[in-house]
Amino acid sequence: MIVAEKKPMEEIIEEVKGYNKILIAGCNECVTVCEAGGKKEVQVLASALRMYFMNQGKEIKIDEVTLERQCDHEYLEEIRNIIDQYDAVLSLACGVGVQFMAEKYFTTPILPGVNTCFLGATEERGFWTERCQACGQCILARTGGICPVSRCAKRLLNGPCGGSTKGKCEIDSNVDCAWQLIIDRLKALGRLEQDYEKLTPIKDWSTDRAGGPRKVVREDVRI
Amino acid sequence: MSETKTPSKLEKILSSGQLAVTSECGPPRGSDPEVIRKKAQMIKDHVDAINITDNQTSVTRLCSLAACIHLKLMGLEPVLQMVVRDRNRIALQSDILGAASFDIHNILCLSGDHQKFGDNPQGQNVFDIDSMQLIQTVRLMRDEGKFLGGDDIARPPKMFVGAAANPFADPFEIRVPRLAKKVAAGAEFIQTQCIYNVDRFKEWLKGVVDRGLHEKVYILAGVTPFKSAGMAKYMKNRVPGMDVPDELVKRMSGVPKEKQPEEGLSICVETIEQLKEVEGVSGFHIMAIEWEEKVPEIVERSGLYPRPSVGE
Ligand code: SF4
Ligand code: SF4
Repeated sequence: MIVAEKKPMEEIIEEVKGYNKILIAGCNECVTVCEAGGKKEVQVLASALRMYFMNQGKEIKIDEVTLERQCDHEYLEEIRNIIDQYDAVLSLACGVGVQFMAEKYFTTPILPGVNTCFLGATEERGFWTERCQACGQCILARTGGICPVSRCAKRLLNGPCGGSTKGKCEIDSNVDCAWQLIIDRLKALGRLEQDYEKLTPIKDWSTDRAGGPRKVVREDVRI
Repeated sequence: MSETKTPSKLEKILSSGQLAVTSECGPPRGSDPEVIRKKAQMIKDHVDAINITDNQTSVTRLCSLAACIHLKLMGLEPVLQMVVRDRNRIALQSDILGAASFDIHNILCLSGDHQKFGDNPQGQNVFDIDSMQLIQTVRLMRDEGKFLGGDDIARPPKMFVGAAANPFADPFEIRVPRLAKKVAAGAEFIQTQCIYNVDRFKEWLKGVVDRGLHEKVYILAGVTPFKSAGMAKYMKNRVPGMDVPDELVKRMSGVPKEKQPEEGLSICVETIEQLKEVEGVSGFHIMAIEWEEKVPEIVERSGLYPRPSVGE
């Protein structure tokens, strides 16, 4: 899923302080799972903002809504009949949702309420870690199912570097060295000897961010 | 390995079977070329080639290529260190050609420390290719006369291709396979991480020799003298991938402060002495960090002086 984090309150206040009627829009998908922008977070943020502006002696209308998804036309349409009641929308969806809403409601300012961080997994409640950088050409089959692109600080395809120490990465002793994980897994799969010394060729990064904005087209399913 | 493939003086000495000695100079954090010339001047008669580090520990410095050119203009033999952290494949190939245009004949292909350690931790890193792939790139450019994109190079670079090896990093079990991989990628010489744990180094080297890798690649054992007990402790505790045995820290702390530099030099000389005759060691890489003036003494005390002269 896409993992996001709440923006600091001061930053949000800075974003919204010029508006009088604000809709806070949550999203029921990834940001709900990572507890950054679901219904609950919308409620908490709305109350905090109401409180803040009340203390400032400022009358502000703050409403709440949580859509099934903000990256889908269908669900975004659900606010079409109310959008004109607001000066701005504070979206707690990931960057995709914020932008998709902005494209749809072209004349309404849509502000981000979270920092979109990475594609990751829930290790345990309250702890999420990165697993993928959407490079567009998955090489997990040759790296024991562990992604060096997202999990090695130097995205080495032929690691580890000389800084790997006791299973941890040179950048931080709390971060696993991806290549230690790869080697451990190859060993568990009984493939260390045959696979480790195979040189991974230079990667084609044109399917990554480097190639410019990407799209996926499926003619067979298009209407 | 006796036939040479490049005009590199370092390659000539190694292929003649003599122990080679290299050292390194870190370029200044400014644009004064005198700094680099002075350092080179101190060591030039005692080493066969001089590595120029490439923004080591990710701290911004005068570039390795320019510093190598300064050495070249002094008639010395530089080893261009090149990290893949800061440049993509276009810039790397371009700098290789730039170096080749000055007849710089040695290159050391490295990953580079993460930028987190340097003066711009908020910067991007590149890592378009990795150090193994940089080795392959230089070999492709040299041996096939081709760019990565497939086009021909007019006047291909003639570089003796090196890589680093850290026998002490984890996981230890893949340290020999990793060297084999670098050799397969095309590395012709290796400069190792600083050796303090001689036993562990020998264990690694035995694995290297057992696989016959020492016949395919020249291994220069890396040494760095401690200037103080504090430095020994720092290297032990703070530098990733460094293996400093407790005895050495104790030995350094056991002598009065003013005697510590002397003790550090002695440890360094002893390490060289212990490794000189070991099968698989083809030479030494002396990294006297901001202590270049001591390199001649280390070389002389280790019995590695005078340096051989080789015909052009
Ligand atoms: S290799 Fe690419 S697609 Fe596969 S997990 Fe890593 S970043 Fe994602
Ligand atoms: S220590 Fe491991 S994860 Fe960290 S940069 Fe080196 S190889 Fe990558």
